[in-house]
Amino acid sequence: MLTFTIRRLVLAVPTLLFISLVIFMLLQLAPGDPMAQVPLTVPPEVKEKMREALGLGAPVHIQFFKWLVQFFWVEPQVLIDHIFGTTFSEGQLRVLSWQTRSPVMDIVVQRLPQTLWVVGMSYVLGVMIALPIGIYSAYRQYSAFDQIGTFVSMVGFSVPTFFTGVLLIVVFSVNLGWFPSIYDTTHKVTDWDSFIVQLRQMIMPVSVLALYNAAQISRFMRASMLDNLNQDYVRTARAKGLGEKTVVLVHVLRNSMIPVVTVIALGVPQVFGGAIITEQVFKVNGLGQLLITSIEANDLPMVQTLTFIFALLIVVFNLIADILYGILDPRIRYD
Amino acid sequence: MTELINQPIPTTPPRSQWRDIWDQFKSHRGALLGGIVFLMIVLAVFIGPWFWPYDATFIDIRARNQGPSWAHPLGTDQLGRDMLARMMAGGQTSVSVGITAMLLALILGSLIGVMAGYFRKLDNLLMRTTDLFLALPLLPLLLVMVLLFREPLNAAFGPETGIFILIVTAIGITSWMPTARIVRGDVLALKEREFVLAARSIGTTNTRMITRHILPNVMSPIMVSATLGIANAIITESALSFLGLGFPPDFPTWGRLLFDAVDYMQQYPERVLWPGLAISLTVLSVNYLGDGLRDALDPRIRGR
Repeated sequence: MLTFTIRRLVLAVPTLLFISLVIFMLLQLAPGDPMAQVPLTVPPEVKEKMREALGLGAPVHIQFFKWLVQFFWVEPQVLIDHIFGTTFSEGQLRVLSWQTRSPVMDIVVQRLPQTLWVVGMSYVLGVMIALPIGIYSAYRQYSAFDQIGTFVSMVGFSVPTFFTGVLLIVVFSVNLGWFPSIYDTTHKVTDWDSFIVQLRQMIMPVSVLALYNAAQISRFMRASMLDNLNQDYVRTARAKGLGEKTVVLVHVLRNSMIPVVTVIALGVPQVFGGAIITEQVFKVNGLGQLLITSIEANDLPMVQTLTFIFALLIVVFNLIADILYGILDPRIRYD
Repeated sequence: MTELINQPIPTTPPRSQWRDIWDQFKSHRGALLGGIVFLMIVLAVFIGPWFWPYDATFIDIRARNQGPSWAHPLGTDQLGRDMLARMMAGGQTSVSVGITAMLLALILGSLIGVMAGYFRKLDNLLMRTTDLFLALPLLPLLLVMVLLFREPLNAAFGPETGIFILIVTAIGITSWMPTARIVRGDVLALKEREFVLAARSIGTTNTRMITRHILPNVMSPIMVSATLGIANAIITESALSFLGLGFPPDFPTWGRLLFDAVDYMQQYPERVLWPGLAISLTVLSVNYLGDGLRDALDPRIRGR
């Protein structure tokens, strides 16, 4: 198991390098000019100097190498400095956004809590809704509950989040006026009343994403339970006189959770990607919204770093899923 | 000879495989309904404009922002364009993008899957490539690709064809991976079967082997991923249009109509409803269709 983990970790390094190269080369083709916003009165030689100050004068491979160094060497140092108060990174150039001229990672850190709150909460909620529904509808296959549950999960899976989000806004913000349609990220929770305000503004984005996630996961849970319910060991457990509750909730559930746990782990990075749309609908200024605005503003270092962070999440959670699978299922041997 | 003739002759003619599949498919009520609904939507958006007097881009500024009436059953938008005509035009684009992108993804996926499964030398390389593509953050990359290549393609093919080619290609090359994986798995299993050995022993070439023996046997997973691919492509296209990075405003798609309607959400909420419902209904029907096809094409479930 340990050798497998180490091998996968080693293998992840070239994968990540290659992905960052792909993203970098794709962005190199960008037609936009970061100097487009500079007034025409600025003489061309000054423009040329500004271009070089952004690091654009260097050949492509040097630019790529510099980005790698900044992202993998300087930024961790900044993090260490921030935690321990040391000064490793002093005077070193960080990945700078062309839009704001401030370090990209600082902006990411500012935006992260909003995304984590909304997206993380919705994922946890989605899983918590999905598991009982999946278990019960598999246990009572073809019952009314199962039929309705399957239909609802099919609908939740098919209706895109940008439609459910807008629909909820129309119903609950425009017509009923219960919840605000715009997520206010400057809101601070200090006492009970402000907590209620925070809750009210979180309900809609969280429920939109939670419905979507719950639909997918409950389908997996149901299928996995159905696979296990007809196995021989279930008959054995019943034959030796165990209660129905023990059979289903201990024996079957533990076995069917193995694939579901890996699916849940694999879904985490996709949720971050999918949240781009939900954040746009509810005007949450999280990572997704940051990506959209930086794409529109041609802010290449920001786009590069953000896209790479998404890729990093995917690789890391793939690894976690594989390792979890090995730990949970003793039949799996990675040798 | 006479003994053979005296044997009881089977009274019913032999049943073909497609007949069995159709029977199983029919018994899945949701799938049948899904298929019918999808067919109706496709017919409505492609044949409807012939019978509808208004053009999707015809501007009648005096009749702007009208509610539903007999002349305009879905009302008109802020420039007085008929919403029903726009919905049909948008549906044409959305459905064609969905189907074309699905076909592209399917061809790529099957090609790579068959190659990886059939030729052992290519397997490692192709599957590592597939893994790599699976590790790419797709939606951000799609956004980046649309941003980067929109202008050159617009210049080369005109704004409408250019963006169509761009979106179809972008969706196609970012969604072939699941098909490739499934097809490869099936090909690996098929390759060890006796009929492949028999075919090889009479000197079948690789090309003939793939087209005549392997491909027909992997058709069922390919067809299932085709239906799921349409749903995925329609949603992705709408999402891109919804983020404002898809088709231009005078070239409606369902996602674009929804995006435009969001600005007028407070005054005319029904304008949000129609495109959203159209997307959801199409995707839902296609998903049910895929569910039924999966059951019908799986011989282990069929006949149960």
